[in-house]
Amino acid sequence: MTASQTDNLKRPRMARSMAAILGERTIELIIRICGVSAIVFVFGIFLFVLREGAPLIGKLDWTKVLFSQEWYPTSKGNVRYGVGALIVGTLSVTGLAMLFAVPFGIGAAVFVSEFSTGKVKETLKIVIEMLAAIPSIVWGFIGLSVMNRLIQQYLPAPVGLNLLNGAILLALMSVPIIVSIGEDALKAVPDSYREAAMAMGATRWQTVYRVLFPAARNGLLAAALLGVGRAIGETMAVLMATGHAVNIPKSIFDPIRTLTATIAAELGETAVGSDHYRMLFLIGVLLFSITFVVNLLADLAVRGVRKQ
Amino acid sequence: MANWLRSPSALLTVLVSRDRKAKLWVVIGLLFVLGAAGCSQSTAKTGGSSAKPQVIQNIGSDTMVNLAQAWAEEYQNVEPNVSVEVSGGGSGLGIAALINGTADIANSSRHIEPDEEAAVVAHSGSKPREFLVGFDALSIYVHKDNPITSISLEELHEIYAEGGKIDRWSQLGITNIPRARTDRIIRVSRQNNSGTYHYFREVVCGKKGDFKLGSLDMNGSKDVVELVSHTPGAIGYSGFGYNTKSVKMIPVARKKGEKAVLPSIETTLDKSYPISRPMFMYTPGEPPAHVRSYIDWILSPAGQKIVELTGYIPLNIAEDKK
Repeated sequence: MTASQTDNLKRPRMARSMAAILGERTIELIIRICGVSAIVFVFGIFLFVLREGAPLIGKLDWTKVLFSQEWYPTSKGNVRYGVGALIVGTLSVTGLAMLFAVPFGIGAAVFVSEFSTGKVKETLKIVIEMLAAIPSIVWGFIGLSVMNRLIQQYLPAPVGLNLLNGAILLALMSVPIIVSIGEDALKAVPDSYREAAMAMGATRWQTVYRVLFPAARNGLLAAALLGVGRAIGETMAVLMATGHAVNIPKSIFDPIRTLTATIAAELGETAVGSDHYRMLFLIGVLLFSITFVVNLLADLAVRGVRKQ
Repeated sequence: MANWLRSPSALLTVLVSRDRKAKLWVVIGLLFVLGAAGCSQSTAKTGGSSAKPQVIQNIGSDTMVNLAQAWAEEYQNVEPNVSVEVSGGGSGLGIAALINGTADIANSSRHIEPDEEAAVVAHSGSKPREFLVGFDALSIYVHKDNPITSISLEELHEIYAEGGKIDRWSQLGITNIPRARTDRIIRVSRQNNSGTYHYFREVVCGKKGDFKLGSLDMNGSKDVVELVSHTPGAIGYSGFGYNTKSVKMIPVARKKGEKAVLPSIETTLDKSYPISRPMFMYTPGEPPAHVRSYIDWILSPAGQKIVELTGYIPLNIAEDKK
């Protein structure tokens, strides 16, 4: 922009009254605060969570905490804070959920973006968004009352509340995110790619997996990672559906317990300031770090998309 | 309409379906329910305030919260000028409220500890008064198809406690549970800050003992029974009052070889059932007249009738049968 152009832009403003200028400044300031507030909140929350847990950090044997599965926070004889089984629980339920959700979500994204048109496409998009709007407690309820019985009845599972139950729910919850972001990624691929593929005589399927997938690779990766982020942070549904058992799963029919569910189940009734209370906040810090890493990876993947 | 209300999943299918009319009805129905809830709350408040009531704050044990609620509701009919506000949170929370002076009555499913008593004395100047208001028996539940006929405290210890050696039903001589799919005993327990968890741990795992890891920790007494009723290989413990037709309560013996007894009012009162505990109410010092008459009413046959109706064990059957 040249100097004369900026002058042109500024001139009408000069003619306005003092009040109008002040008003605009104020609004600008408010908008700026709104923008910056997200950063302030994220750091504020992290610091708050860390502060609540901090006094315990030095007192713990961290290799034991991270790798032992003995979670006995309210023991009278021997208090132990091993979160190993909880970490394994969180990772296993998220991993299994993604095994279901990623192929399903990407497949749905391909269908919505490439194979459907008009009314079908619109309906699908609306319904998928609706799926994302179902509160997690409702999913948990479905897991507890419907899936529990189905799994118990039709699969060789000794108990219906287990890893599989939680993973199916998490998959259903993260599919909408994967679909909508995956669809955006596919839409961002220029039409000239599709036309070129068609001109080469490629079938639609060949176009999808030879041309669109490589072109939208980063976006699809971001979609999957955001799905992972959603699944790791989920609390209510996994609390209700996974059986809430401190256990390293040996099969998908074993009950497990996640980090989030532990905080949700226990924080309400611990004495403020007790070691147990601080330990739950440290679990919060751990979770925060895991989701931060996942989101960072997703963000880097999206950046990769923009560069292309 | 009634069908949708009973089953949230059916409601959901209507909401995502394209049947606009049905969708509209569901939304209107929900608004109506919300509105009605709001109205009833506000009328309840205004109704109470007109009579200048005396309020009794009643805080404490989650085990007792249903009972305390039932008492409070019934007492409205007996003494409309006194309103009792009940909240749960655990025995420890109730006693903490007693110390802080925010509770007129603390409910507790355990005795007050000496240091807690000292704190109450330091705060209010007088010793807290203890009232025994009933008993709670913890039943051992299994699936209704489980052929087991009795269990001993030692076996429960081996099943539940850390280091215990029983993991399989066959170790108890049970080999033919229909549809169990596994010999493994599925242990159902409670979240680790529940009063029931603490009490069961003390009786079964020992004073300093801990539970074996890997039990399914449910967040409520009812959830335990619910899960056991759907899981053929499961065993769980929960309040005597939570018994349903789809689970089986098993008799418990103090020692292997001794006579196993089922929890009941009689076996709790004569102390032959090994897993039962008293329920207390505490007041900071001598209670004022309106609190005193509330507790007197609770201890009267009318109040004790409610103990029985809500699934707990009243103090005295003879009095109850009058």
